[in-house]
Amino acid sequence: MSNLPTLAVWKFASCDGCQLTLLDCEDELLSLAGQVRIAHFLEASSEVLAGPYDLSLVEGSISTPADTLRICEVREQSRLLVTIGACATSGGIQALRNYADFEEFRSAVYASPQYIESLATSTAIADHVRVDFELRGCPIDKHQLLELITAFLAGRRPEIPDTSVCTQCKRRGLTCVMVAHGTPCLGPVTHAGCGALCPAVDRGCYGCFGPMAGANLPALTRQLRQGGMSAREVDLVLRTFNVAAPGFAEHREDR
Amino acid sequence: MTFPAAVLSMAGLDELISTLAGDGYRVVGPTLRDQAIVLAELTSAGDLPAGWAVQTGPGTYRLKRRADSAVFCHSAGPQSWKQFLHPPDRKLWSADRDGFHPADDRQQPPFAFLGVRACDLAAIDTLAGVLGAGAWPDRSFRGRYRGLFVVAAGCTEPGGVCFCASMGTGPRPGPGYDLALTEQIDQAGHRFVVEAGTEAGAQVIARISHRAAGEAELIAARAAVDAAAAAMGRQMPAVDLAGLLAASRDSVSWEQVAERCLTCGNCTMVCPTCFCTTTRDSSGETGEHAERWQHWASCFELDFSYLHGGSVRSSGESRYRQWITHKLGTWHDQFGRSGCVGCGRCIAWCPVGIDITEEIATLVALREEGAGEAAGD
Ligand code: SF4
Ligand code: SF4
Ligand code: SF4
Repeated sequence: MSNLPTLAVWKFASCDGCQLTLLDCEDELLSLAGQVRIAHFLEASSEVLAGPYDLSLVEGSISTPADTLRICEVREQSRLLVTIGACATSGGIQALRNYADFEEFRSAVYASPQYIESLATSTAIADHVRVDFELRGCPIDKHQLLELITAFLAGRRPEIPDTSVCTQCKRRGLTCVMVAHGTPCLGPVTHAGCGALCPAVDRGCYGCFGPMAGANLPALTRQLRQGGMSAREVDLVLRTFNVAAPGFAEHREDR
Repeated sequence: MTFPAAVLSMAGLDELISTLAGDGYRVVGPTLRDQAIVLAELTSAGDLPAGWAVQTGPGTYRLKRRADSAVFCHSAGPQSWKQFLHPPDRKLWSADRDGFHPADDRQQPPFAFLGVRACDLAAIDTLAGVLGAGAWPDRSFRGRYRGLFVVAAGCTEPGGVCFCASMGTGPRPGPGYDLALTEQIDQAGHRFVVEAGTEAGAQVIARISHRAAGEAELIAARAAVDAAAAAMGRQMPAVDLAGLLAASRDSVSWEQVAERCLTCGNCTMVCPTCFCTTTRDSSGETGEHAERWQHWASCFELDFSYLHGGSVRSSGESRYRQWITHKLGTWHDQFGRSGCVGCGRCIAWCPVGIDITEEIATLVALREEGAGEAAGD
């Protein structure tokens, strides 16, 4: 038992949805439980084992002064550190505040803002410590998470291709909503992983998995404008879960 | 050997589908789904997209109501027959502690394709030359290809992005079909003039309701298809494409196209001849079971040219150049023919409407400019 690799799951500023994805793997979790020792996963168990940990999954963004210290401790205790989800990977939807007046937000949202100790920005884990791998998505995809963990157990590279949502959309045999309906879609610039969930229900991709490597945002935004969206509307579709991901943020006009 | 031509009514077409299904074929053909004409298994002629046409252009595809109830008067949709002959995801093998298990390649029921256009017939033949031939044919592809029954459909109303005539693949379906239909609707009614290309095709016709086609009827049907050559929305410039591309390695046009290209890979996925795949392994939660799957891959993906430490073709320029050069140039060296059949799918289904014929025209113009400048020096 004690020879099993240890797994730790950490939470920073987030909604817990990505950790829930792990709990959602009901069938697989039982077999996984025999392969790894879950040493720290407060959402699942109050039992906490001391570090160091072989694999740390980090959910959430850095949004308080305390976070900036705690993430360094997590890094020190972890052989491999993998971020899970848009918050940990790009700052999440809470990074909207990076582009607004933080003080105004704080006083508008909280009754007693003086008790709120928060940073003016919400930032990605990789802005603070070295990250070994980033799992994208809001929330992450169950199959990609299992692939990541099983690859870790087998000591191989995870098969998580950095390619467009379109490749998955076409392999599923879906009809392109952009070409056939004129529906705006972020699929051509978004990292694959969801299996083209939205085009499958006649919607455009919302970009939950953030920009793929080498995404050509200017080409897509030009097309969206030609399709009738205003500059403001284009900015809005890029201001969601990955608002602060450089691949998206650098191409908004309102940045 | 030639077989006498026949004429089928709509009921006869329905009989053709049920007869093929009765013979054990999975009959696949066009049907309406998700605001497009897609390919799917058909149970009767009622599944065909009666009364629908499509309007295509660079980056756009729209269904259009027709005044008549024609079932084959539409051009290529988002899918091609590649979906069936060379599926997007396929298990290659699995392994357990007790051994290694190649995927079950035993012949599934064979396919009968209904409504195959001339361009797509050429594409099927191209795929067969790539995957089904050579010293190491893909046995799984061969299994699906070997039992194939093809009912071609001559195009009388080509689409806005079609250019098969300039690629020499259409509009009249070339060899390789069992049956070739030409749909005709006029005062004489809604009917299909059928020519058999094989003994198997002629035998199927003999078993369903039909009447013999008159000489004039056959000539009229062929003329209607041949006339479509002049109605193509586009054409590929008539130049030595392989030579042009080889000489254009350093053209400034690559930078211009890369500015627009999303490197999304849609063009390769919809192309009926793009055949590239990658494999992916999975190793299960307990490490007791492993699988290897084959998936469609695209030369527009960064991972496609990944060697140790990085991707060889990291820029959009190099990826677009790779694609078009292989398609129209080096494919000849590799497989003795063009990799493009002129179906126009890559033009319509490119979200930003990049047009392969226009890119070639640009290269031609740039070369002429260059030659002009050199002469003026
Ligand atoms: S619907 Fe979106 S994801 Fe699918 S192919 Fe079209 S642009 Fe790409
Ligand atoms: S390159 Fe384009 S036009 Fe040519 S066969 Fe492929 S999809 Fe059709
Ligand atoms: S040419 Fe069009 S479809 Fe092909 S990768 Fe570029 S943007 Fe995508």
